[in-house]
Amino acid sequence: MESIRDKVAIVGMGCTKFGERWDMGVGDLLVEAAYEAFKDAGIEPKDVQAAWLGTVFSGISGITLAPLGLQYIPITRVENMCATGSEALRAASYAVAAGVVDVALAIGVEKLKDTGVTGVKGPGLVGDNPDGTAGIAPGYSAPASFAYLASRYFSEYKMKPEDGRKLLAEIAVKNHYNGSLNPKAHFSNLITVEQAMKAPIVAYPLALFDCCGVSDGAAAAIVTRADMAKNFRPDPIYIKALSLAVGARQGAMVQDYDFVHLEENVRASRNAYADAGIKDPRKEISMAEVHDCFTVHEMIVYEDLGFAKRGRAKEDIEAGTFTLKGDLPVNTDGGLKCFGHPLGASGLRMMYEVYHQLRGKAGPRQVKNPRLGLTHNLGGNAGTGIATVFIVGNEKS
Amino acid sequence: MVGITAIGAHIPMYRLNLDEIGKMWQTRTMKGEKAVAGYDEDAITMAVAATFDCMNGSGKDINALYFATTSAPYKEKQSAATIAGATDLGRECHTADFTNSLRAGSIALKAAVAEVKCGTVKQAIVTAADCRKGAPQGRFEQLFGDGAAAVMVGSNNVIATVDDSYSIFSDFTDLWRLDDEAFVQSADGRFVDLVGYIPIMKEAISGMMKKCSLTANDFAKVVFYAHDGREHADLAKKMGFSPAQVQEPLFAQIGNTGTAAALMMLVAALEGAAPNDKILFVGYGDGADAFVLRATEAISRVRNTEGMKDRLARKMPIDYGKYLHWHNLIRVEPPTLPERSEPSLITRWRDRKAVAALYGVKCKNCGTAQFPPIGQKIRICVHCQAKDQFEDYKFSDKKGKLFSFALDQLQPTKNPPGVNGVVDFDEGGRLICELTDCDPSKVSVGMPVEMTFRKMGKGKSINYFWKGKPMAL
Repeated sequence: MESIRDKVAIVGMGCTKFGERWDMGVGDLLVEAAYEAFKDAGIEPKDVQAAWLGTVFSGISGITLAPLGLQYIPITRVENMCATGSEALRAASYAVAAGVVDVALAIGVEKLKDTGVTGVKGPGLVGDNPDGTAGIAPGYSAPASFAYLASRYFSEYKMKPEDGRKLLAEIAVKNHYNGSLNPKAHFSNLITVEQAMKAPIVAYPLALFDCCGVSDGAAAAIVTRADMAKNFRPDPIYIKALSLAVGARQGAMVQDYDFVHLEENVRASRNAYADAGIKDPRKEISMAEVHDCFTVHEMIVYEDLGFAKRGRAKEDIEAGTFTLKGDLPVNTDGGLKCFGHPLGASGLRMMYEVYHQLRGKAGPRQVKNPRLGLTHNLGGNAGTGIATVFIVGNEKS
Repeated sequence: MVGITAIGAHIPMYRLNLDEIGKMWQTRTMKGEKAVAGYDEDAITMAVAATFDCMNGSGKDINALYFATTSAPYKEKQSAATIAGATDLGRECHTADFTNSLRAGSIALKAAVAEVKCGTVKQAIVTAADCRKGAPQGRFEQLFGDGAAAVMVGSNNVIATVDDSYSIFSDFTDLWRLDDEAFVQSADGRFVDLVGYIPIMKEAISGMMKKCSLTANDFAKVVFYAHDGREHADLAKKMGFSPAQVQEPLFAQIGNTGTAAALMMLVAALEGAAPNDKILFVGYGDGADAFVLRATEAISRVRNTEGMKDRLARKMPIDYGKYLHWHNLIRVEPPTLPERSEPSLITRWRDRKAVAALYGVKCKNCGTAQFPPIGQKIRICVHCQAKDQFEDYKFSDKKGKLFSFALDQLQPTKNPPGVNGVVDFDEGGRLICELTDCDPSKVSVGMPVEMTFRKMGKGKSINYFWKGKPMAL
């Protein structure tokens, strides 16, 4: 089995402003993201040989990409819940790695604001299974499914709930600060720990600022063969690992699933590190974009991905390890919390930030001398999770 | 020797103080409080709880389940079948609804005793539950409460024999509810008492005593239905029963629970009975059914079950607004969350064992008990991946502990926040489920939980499923 390491490069990316894009439809967002990526890669739409479109709710089939007017090329819609954007990039990259496509488009979109309701429709209520079983078992909200992690984490590590909530607030404050430096982020406001602690409860122990934004947006990437990358630009970034691990509902069914870690995260990162040749992620990863749909999950991801010791994320949070100036900056663009979370676009939005950071183009958010960047994208929740860990670098090894 | 072999009851934990009603309508109220069914309870779920309480274990060898109510959730579709399914009675159990009369409870008891006597049924459960509605601002709003009782009838280990019975019917229109109306109506109060209730009850009780050659003084306890406390006391006096003989009707603590009321009083009376106590039991409604019971030596066993005192003590006050909302007496703004689709009747049928009695599976290869998400029929073991090596495994009677929890403000529920828990069963297996009958501020990791059958929602049909219930309030 061969690794994907250094076989594929990203040579152009685009990302719309995320947020309440009332005046924009799915098509507008797709055009905005795709044409930024075409321009960035220096290509024309006709140069795209195949496309993978990711969306959870905002369209079915490859036809959803019709607004781009691509002429009779293979287009496939992919879906893997909140990890859908990463899935599009993964599919496009594998096609390139297989040598059957030289230039591929990966694009993700979601138009959540058109539903006119709070939160995320359909499977947003956990318990709504896709095969027609909706409504027999209770449907609780997505925040509740992550609140389980917080309740358990506080209990397992003997934290007073208020101390635990303060720790989570620190994560929200960091991501809001990073987001404030990012004109494309959904939210640009700074918040304080006190504000986060006092915000209305959404699903106890999680409050408003523990939850990511529900946003509209699209993001896109142009991928090509690593050996052709420099034909497009002098500073491509190279894919080192594209790892995906999917749970089998263990969290909901077996008692040894502990709700203070997500095995999906652990497995996906372990495989990614092996493919990328990474021994000590804490030292070797320059910066990471992780799935902070809820602050508690960002905290657990620190531990699952080996950025912090098990049960001791607190020490690193308090030391500022994951801030822009820290040893391992996380969610430098504001994360899902602040950049927003249009489901199908989020995985590609994460890569959009890493792509800019590794090329030194992240402006006021630029981290120092980055070499390897990581995106971690999660669909579902504990034990019913779809975790991706992608690693990219600015050099071929 | 045929009689009652076990007893059980269920009182919903919510209480509406009658002062709340007085405050709302600026009227004089009776004293006390009424038991109010939770937003996720109805006559069926309360009867299930009472039946479990009565069964105290396996439903094997129970050949009949008779359910008495005037407030069946369905007008067409049997409630007893749902109750028998949830309590996991055998497929050949004969189920029947006894309805349309406040006397339905004693009618069902009489039928069960007759069946056991003639041998067509070995053991029968008679359960009664009611959630009657009185119109806001009316007398019945203050008077009616919600509750359920269950008694098992058989011929082995009898705690109280049913020695004889006497019944009369009377087409007297005192209380009624028309087919398309929500609220119970009544004739003039004095007319009901003087022309209906008192003479009918006197006739039935006198007839019973005459038939058995007994007098008022022969009974250790008299247990009888009345519409309210005043009428109850009035009849006792007129019949010459002393206060010590008369079973407290619980009206001031839980209200008048309709078809369940007389049976709940009987359960309380049996809990306090001594061997050889003679008990007079009378159900009323469109006539009256009188019974003479006699406690046996085995009566001491009933102390093993949860007593009426404990049931009354487990309570939480609610306000008038919640009462209106829970019982659909007020229209409220619908939630702004996305609507859930109607449960699939086909999926419900396919997963009927899981839905009805919370059956999951246990792997014969590795022994892991597991409850798959509804609709996801499981064939591969989540632990050892063995294929098709499962045996059925019931979770509804298992106790567990809360592994984690979430208090969900977004969940559409009539009692926010939605309380959800990861329940780890003591004998293995895990279920993520909603929790009910609890104080959200006291929910904590590690708290002991048992399972309870509840109404999840009502669309075109009613969706029943299981929730976790903290064992201590």
